[in-house]
Amino acid sequence: MRPALGFIAGLIFGIGLIVSGMADPAKVLNFLDIFGAWDPSLAFVMGGATLTALAGYRLVWRQGSPAVGARFDLPDNTAIDAPLITGATIFGIGWGLGGFCPGPAWTALALGSPGTLMFLPAMVIGILLGGAAKSFPIFTTKGA
Amino acid sequence: MGPTVATEFTPWLSLFGGALIGLSAVMVMGVFGKIAGITGITKGLTGLAPRVGGPGDRDWRLAFLLGLIAAPVAVLLATGSFPQQTVPDNLPGMALAGLLVGAGTALGSGCTSGHGVCGLARLSPRSLVAVVTFLTAAVVTTTVVRHAF
Repeated sequence: MRPALGFIAGLIFGIGLIVSGMADPAKVLNFLDIFGAWDPSLAFVMGGATLTALAGYRLVWRQGSPAVGARFDLPDNTAIDAPLITGATIFGIGWGLGGFCPGPAWTALALGSPGTLMFLPAMVIGILLGGAAKSFPIFTTKGA
Repeated sequence: MGPTVATEFTPWLSLFGGALIGLSAVMVMGVFGKIAGITGITKGLTGLAPRVGGPGDRDWRLAFLLGLIAAPVAVLLATGSFPQQTVPDNLPGMALAGLLVGAGTALGSGCTSGHGVCGLARLSPRSLVAVVTFLTAAVVTTTVVRHAF
């Protein structure tokens, strides 16, 4: 039951990424290229996704607890700290270079482009490195 | 990172696709009580995310990723062709980009889905700061790569 529901959720998410254009790095890079070949489409992706979740979250939170989970597990960290800013900046640089963020990179796997096959393993290695970097002294002295 | 490929402005398709992404995020919250963050889901599978759920979360996370991977196949079955995409062909550049995306999202605890969609939907100031920061860094990077050389 749980895997089936997880698969369906992932499938809907992935189809959303593809239909919206978010899964095409060319479209992402054109969205980011405000002073060049600007394609504002992805603002509509973020808008549509966020507004749907904004309304939908409130509906499901009203149920008191999730359907199969024990409770709603929401992040309790509200700190605007060095790991957050440093991480978001590093992520943004990578996103602006390759045009992939993590979700679209997974949906691109089956299409087998050489760029994707370089990007994905590097991303997983990066996630391991970034997770380890969180415990570096410069990131743990304050906040986190 | 390669030639610029012209893309068409698709406000309605993008809005619709975005709503599907939001729907999936709502489903993950309603069913599992979790944030649909792809970085967290990927990290959870590597076993290095003690905070974000125990073994009980592995099953649906792995299934969710398989669903993401299967999405282009579903599009192929529905439309008769694989979705169109143009991936930059600068391979060392893509390896560097992947490394930065992975490291940055892990350090910053979220990406376009976790901070972007889910965090903004929760009206989290921390996520808003993350989104403004990564969008700014991405715009600057793409602008420099495309126009400064």
